[in-house]
Amino acid sequence: MSNIKKAFENGKAFIAFITCGDPDLETTAKSVRAAVAGGADLIELGIPFSDPTAEGPVIQGANIRALSGGVTTDKIFDLVRELRSDVTIPLVFMTYANVVYSYGADSFISMCRDIGIDGLILPDVPYEEKDEFLPICRKYGVDLVSLIAPTSEGRIAMIAKEAEGFLYIVSSLGVTGVRGEITTDLGSIVSVVRENADIPCAIGFGISTPEQAKKMSGYADGVIVGSAIIKILEKYGREAPPHVGEYVRSMKDAIR
Amino acid sequence: MTNERGRFGVHGGQYIPETLMNAVIELEAAYDHYKNDPDFNRELETLFNEYAGRPSRLYYAEKMTRDLGGAKIYLKREDLNHTGAHKINNVLGQALLAKKMGKTRLIAETGAGQHGVATATAAALFGMECVVFMGEEDTKRQALNVYRMKLLGSDVVPVNTGTATLKDAVSEAMREWTSRISDTHYCLGSVMGPHPFPTIVRDFQSVISREARAQILEKEGRLPDAVLACVGGGSNAIGSFYHFINDPSVRLIGCEAAGRGIDTFETAATISTGRLGIFHGMKSYFCQDKYGQIAPVYSISAGLDYPGVGPEHAHLHDIGRAEYVPVTDDEAVDAFEYLARTEGIIPAIESAHAVAHAMKIAPAMGKDQIVIITISGRGDKDCAAIARYRGEDINE
Repeated sequence: MSNIKKAFENGKAFIAFITCGDPDLETTAKSVRAAVAGGADLIELGIPFSDPTAEGPVIQGANIRALSGGVTTDKIFDLVRELRSDVTIPLVFMTYANVVYSYGADSFISMCRDIGIDGLILPDVPYEEKDEFLPICRKYGVDLVSLIAPTSEGRIAMIAKEAEGFLYIVSSLGVTGVRGEITTDLGSIVSVVRENADIPCAIGFGISTPEQAKKMSGYADGVIVGSAIIKILEKYGREAPPHVGEYVRSMKDAIR
Repeated sequence: MTNERGRFGVHGGQYIPETLMNAVIELEAAYDHYKNDPDFNRELETLFNEYAGRPSRLYYAEKMTRDLGGAKIYLKREDLNHTGAHKINNVLGQALLAKKMGKTRLIAETGAGQHGVATATAAALFGMECVVFMGEEDTKRQALNVYRMKLLGSDVVPVNTGTATLKDAVSEAMREWTSRISDTHYCLGSVMGPHPFPTIVRDFQSVISREARAQILEKEGRLPDAVLACVGGGSNAIGSFYHFINDPSVRLIGCEAAGRGIDTFETAATISTGRLGIFHGMKSYFCQDKYGQIAPVYSISAGLDYPGVGPEHAHLHDIGRAEYVPVTDDEAVDAFEYLARTEGIIPAIESAHAVAHAMKIAPAMGKDQIVIITISGRGDKDCAAIARYRGEDINE
């Protein structure tokens, strides 16, 4: 069991997603610290990928901006090393299978342990393929976070029983992005998880307002917000960090 | 690996979002059922023969043979199929399967537009809704095919992310599928993507080599010495190879698009320049940088302009059963013009890559040897682009 459980010890968890290197790594570092100050309990650091097939236009845009700015996996490792001088909340990487595979899964995941990354979220690695990375994650004590989707009927128990860190409950069909309304029966999904495993559940995809966060946190142990934060970075660029901090505070306050 | 399903050696697998897992499981179960269902197979065969115009001809290219002065050259004429390419074989199979599964809507990606046109055609025939995703760059290169799809009643969505070509069209179709699964079948156009697609598409395309094998035995009383086909994702190539895989005397040669050359960045020759990776649902070879970012590949041919290759080809390469060779834009354009002049057949620029390689190897082969080249599609769609390549601006 990693550090991740600490994120769920302070009431409902607020999990912030930030794409590393959008618009540059200095802004990422400032935004992470602003989110921590604003009350974020865990931060998902996105390592950009050229072709992020699970992302909507907002996060796709962040990936493109970051990669055109010259960010690389190695530079992101340096960023995390620097962040760990004062940031103590759990940090996880969110990226795509090829970024880890191409680096060499063993080198990548051992580096995660060395620099203080607690978990790994790979949206294109479902239960059936997790053995590609899971034994290595276990070897280095990095949690491989599993996802459950609105279409996971019949698979929830299987996934929950072997889940590590926390369970990422995908709120809606489709890709990441802000949504006006979330209609999935999340209560039922979480209750199947509860019957099968003792693991925190966090709901992501489509959450942007304090009202949505409050509602979603009623079903689970935490909420994950990505696109809404990326929109702030897109709008304010290098001036974004204080706005990110303020936004995170409003969201955390709503779910306290 | 705990799960060996859908693996070709180390390649293949199901690297997709959890949201799609039940959809591919449902698809696999339906396919496993219907592939052995006599009614399904009869219905498909009727569509192949009566609608698509199969079997396609195996044509002896006598003038080309004489001109090259070596091996006897046969052309497997997939260009004569309805809609003008091999793509219809797979699409009729998948559309029929989707209909049996109760799906009412097809989505597809397309590069050159041939798969999009075939999908739009099947959707019209079966009364299904159809949306085709196509790189914006390709909608310009293949404007005629965009019009054809619209004429057939499909929506065409230009994709302007990334390089705005085939890979981006695949990504966008996958995104669309995650947002609407219950009534929608993703009619993937090549032997790629997550299991079971590489197997399903290969099975439907294997009609090419099933026919070619019987046809060459009838005409020549023996197997060919080599079978050549172009490879992007690799559907016409796997279809052309499949029933010859267990005949070790038959060389299987896949011709990749080298673009401006495999020593440049403007290439799409995956096996020559790529390395092992995980993308678009599969483990296979991909053109990528040292950090695993997928490379912006290039080829004159929109249909071969893809940074990966199907997992079964990657495996055939690993075990040495098939050879994969790069063919440049220049060589393909020369072959496009050569086949037009020599045999009166205008091949798709994709297929011209295979013709180009045959022109290299046939002269050194014996007159008693036999080469089959799959002409995967017809070249009408490419005429304006080739004219531009030669410095002539014509209106389509």
